[in-house]
Amino acid sequence: MQKFSAWSLLREAFGGHQGWKSQWRRAAPKAEYDAVIVGGGGHGLGAAYYLAAEHGLTNIAIVEKGWIGGGNTGRNTTIIRSNYLFDESAALYDHSLKLWQDLSQVLNYNVMFSPRGVMMLAHTVHDVQVIKRHVHANRGNGVDNEWLTPEDAKAFCPILNIERNIRYPVLGAALQRRGGTARHDTVAWGYARAADALGVDIIENCEVTGIRRDGAGAVEGLETTRGTIRTRKVGVSAAGHTSVVLGYAGVRLPLESFPLQALVSEPVKPVMPCVVMSNTIHAYMSQSDKGDLVIGAGTDAYNSYTQRGALHINTHTLEAICELFPMVRRLKMMRNWGGIVDVTPDRSPIIARTPVKGLYVNCGWGTGGFKATPGSAHLFAWTIAHDEPHPINAPFTIERFRDGLLIDEAAAAAVAH
Amino acid sequence: MLIIDCPYCGPRPELEFAHGGQAHVARPADPSKATDDEWTEYLYLRNNTRGLYAERWRHARGCGRFFNAIRDTTTDQFVATYRSGEKPPVAAGTGVASRGTP
Repeated sequence: MQKFSAWSLLREAFGGHQGWKSQWRRAAPKAEYDAVIVGGGGHGLGAAYYLAAEHGLTNIAIVEKGWIGGGNTGRNTTIIRSNYLFDESAALYDHSLKLWQDLSQVLNYNVMFSPRGVMMLAHTVHDVQVIKRHVHANRGNGVDNEWLTPEDAKAFCPILNIERNIRYPVLGAALQRRGGTARHDTVAWGYARAADALGVDIIENCEVTGIRRDGAGAVEGLETTRGTIRTRKVGVSAAGHTSVVLGYAGVRLPLESFPLQALVSEPVKPVMPCVVMSNTIHAYMSQSDKGDLVIGAGTDAYNSYTQRGALHINTHTLEAICELFPMVRRLKMMRNWGGIVDVTPDRSPIIARTPVKGLYVNCGWGTGGFKATPGSAHLFAWTIAHDEPHPINAPFTIERFRDGLLIDEAAAAAVAH
Repeated sequence: MLIIDCPYCGPRPELEFAHGGQAHVARPADPSKATDDEWTEYLYLRNNTRGLYAERWRHARGCGRFFNAIRDTTTDQFVATYRSGEKPPVAAGTGVASRGTP
């Protein structure tokens, strides 16, 4: 691996930047691996990296049907926070937030993690009560969160409209200062480069078409569009397509896949120093380092695998954005797109073994998986390596639905669903 | 935006409709005898089919009635809509592509 540093940059500058090498190999599938990860997004690439780096499994591969980071990793609004209500969720998301903090150093790759603060707005008495409950629950779990008055909120984000004469006035806000954003593509690339350096094969354009099982029912390999791959351990990290992949092994999951859309404005000078989210009127926005305002819309009403959604969903979000941030009213929106998110009934993820021996699944991240990328990957790798869950992801099983042990962030999650 | 053909009112824009999830999910006939696994299946497990999917819609801002539809989730195109109680005119996928070996 070619290490990145000020010195290497300087050296390459003198050589006209002709000496940079490919950051990972274009691998072809071998006949057999010790483990195979299905899905080359941030969660899958990260899991492969941690399997190699922390658990010594280097004869492993990632199979990706398209190109790495081309799914939800490249389509989300990059918000990172850990202010979830329940103890299980707080532990999970804060584990991830702590891994974000030195991820650039660990991977020797600038993932542009920027803890600029995530602010969540309250517009109704109910919002105020719910959000204050979140603040207290978070602080009890050692997760930073604080309550702001409307004036404090405006001081933190000057373009926010706190006039009382709008349909949903801002009555206050919760601020998690450790939250923020990161650069989505670099997360995939950073993990890919670091995993490749440890010997992991990254196999793109390789779609799984079947899961082979032995006489006892255990996994013995994968059928793919690039041939059969033998392996005794398969970790599926396929987001919106998890139901399809697990269906090859006859495993049914409590998942539904929906389109989730986002859009960006034309680039402008820095106007927004933080992330602002509003659950009630359903808008969230931040500004990327190249200047465009990144806006998240909601999910469409119906399940779909099309990676596109309806325009009225974006219109609805932009109406809310224009009310909250009047200065954006004359901005042009440059692009909008959709990703397919897999949503569980309780809006908490599943990182677990499946009923099939040797088959593991990391799914159900729904509308908020990006923030969890390092933590999810780290715990999934642990689960695959040890054939049992890490204590942090132990509650996030498939069986929790049967056993009535839901982690019900559906009503409690700080974003609208 | 989808154009949805309500079997009672005719084609209308999606904004008039509410999605009602997977169609033909039957409540256990004798709830007191249903096992935990049967309840899990009824309450939480869904086909999430990639392909032809049977789903419910409600014409919430129209006639107010529920009906069923077959839609291709890879294109969002409707193959058919039909009234509640009617048999699906086209077979929909179950989501489980292969049972594999055992």
